[in-house]
Amino acid sequence: MAHKLTIHAKNIRQAVLHMVYEAQASHVGGCFSCVEILTALYFEILKIKPEKPDWPERDRFILSKGHAAATLYAILAEAGFFPKQRLREYGLNGSLFSGHPVLNKIPGVEVSTGSLGHGLAIGAGLALAAKHNKKPYRTFVLLSDGECDEGAVWETALFGAHHQLDNLVAIIDYNKIQAFGRTNEVLNLEPLKKKWQAFGWSVKEIDGHNLTQVVKNLSSVPWQKKQPSLLIAHTIKGKGVSFIEDSLFWHYHSPDKNELEKGLKEINQT
Amino acid sequence: MRKAIVSRLIKLAVKDPGVFLLTGDLGFSYLEAFAEKFPRRFFNIGVAEQNMIGVAAGLALSGKKVFVYSIATFVSMRAFEQIKIDLCYQNLNVKIIGAGAGLSYGNYGATHYALEDVAIMRVLPNMKIFCPANSIEADWVVRTAYQQSGPAYIRSAKGYDDAVYSKPPKLKFGKGLIVKPGKDVALLVSGALLGNALKARKILKTQSISTRIISFPTVKPLDKQLILKTARQTKVIFTLEETSIVGGFGSAVAEILAEAGLATKFKRLALPDFYPEKLGSQAYLRDQLGLSPEKISQTVLKTL
Repeated sequence: MAHKLTIHAKNIRQAVLHMVYEAQASHVGGCFSCVEILTALYFEILKIKPEKPDWPERDRFILSKGHAAATLYAILAEAGFFPKQRLREYGLNGSLFSGHPVLNKIPGVEVSTGSLGHGLAIGAGLALAAKHNKKPYRTFVLLSDGECDEGAVWETALFGAHHQLDNLVAIIDYNKIQAFGRTNEVLNLEPLKKKWQAFGWSVKEIDGHNLTQVVKNLSSVPWQKKQPSLLIAHTIKGKGVSFIEDSLFWHYHSPDKNELEKGLKEINQT
Repeated sequence: MRKAIVSRLIKLAVKDPGVFLLTGDLGFSYLEAFAEKFPRRFFNIGVAEQNMIGVAAGLALSGKKVFVYSIATFVSMRAFEQIKIDLCYQNLNVKIIGAGAGLSYGNYGATHYALEDVAIMRVLPNMKIFCPANSIEADWVVRTAYQQSGPAYIRSAKGYDDAVYSKPPKLKFGKGLIVKPGKDVALLVSGALLGNALKARKILKTQSISTRIISFPTVKPLDKQLILKTARQTKVIFTLEETSIVGGFGSAVAEILAEAGLATKFKRLALPDFYPEKLGSQAYLRDQLGLSPEKISQTVLKTL
């Protein structure tokens, strides 16, 4: 399993690097930090039918950190929601593959995101509907760390616990860098685990690049009956390409031809 | 008006198991009737409007027809970006009921006034806006909003209605309703000031002025055809609303008249572009700010 997933992760990083190079787009750092999380979700965890994206019983995934859309598109293509050659449309004039995902435009995109702090509440609504309808599907929401600055996230943190939404799973891509600096310098989130626990969530902390750990933990949700689950995934911004890793500069910068080739080579060698 | 809204919501929920009602911890002594009948479809979300709109969006994505309730100013502004992105951008089936239109909460102070809500809702694509004048219109509005897919904003007044209709009016989505005929001037009204407009009409009649009164429970989409027809048939067009003079119903009418190239004499009666310093009842504030029957008729006479 791990070997197969590693290959998927590699393909996705290469696809993303191509996309951001061709579109001269930003956010490659945040796109790379969540590759393993999305790989684990789409190839091991989510009950989905790529050939039938609207299958009512499917698990839902919301990319609340919408700026990592390139990774979502790459994984949806890798999983077979649409042909991989469509990824070339990313960022082009007239394209539907925008820098932040949009509902009803791309097969597999569940929710329009891009402004931070929206996805978890929508996820809670989906989870609430599933409970109401007595349906077994789960809702997974990926948040960024900087996103947790938003008050709306904590409104939903209260709500999810109060309504015992154990079919709701939030994952924080904790790469420790937000738009203007390190999270502990901009607005410290720590102690993050204790905060979510205090809000009534069942919390686990893992290495977000260790596919085995990601799969193992997400396979066993809910960790506590009647509690929503929160996975804190410690990650590295720009993971997978040495010169992109752990750098604020790469929150904005797009690779040039030379950086693209160097990056692709590094991804290939890992 | 709120009673009529809740009673219509209950009727809809009886027929349609997909109807949900969420509140931001407001609506005490009004929403209980729904909550008791449909405990599994009623959620008090707490004082958390952003989460409420997001949860409503998630429910709507799951096929539910969701109504959310709060005080107009809180629900329209505290969660504005959620309304924009979660509801309008995604064009989801969520109807917002904002209670306490305009100066309804007179003595509470401007934190509780809804002055800006119509203007900011107007700018949102996919959003439909309803400003019922009374319980009869409110009942129709809830039914109509339910029938229309996508998001809607329902601006509810508070308190007792003026008796306006002697028989059930023929209301249509996106259409104005001629409440009283008249040939000299036309008062185009959106919302609960309709009662004051009718009283102003009586005062004007003593001055031999014939006033046509038209009610616009739908503000978006707006009845362009009727507005242009009225402009051609009367000497002056007045708009009347308990909303900021900036950007609301009157502005929408002005846009239609200006773009049609009609040099109609035109005046907006609305709340001035400042926060009232002195508090008071809704009737007191309306009078202070030029929206009582007497002040409306005075403005009409001055403008003629």
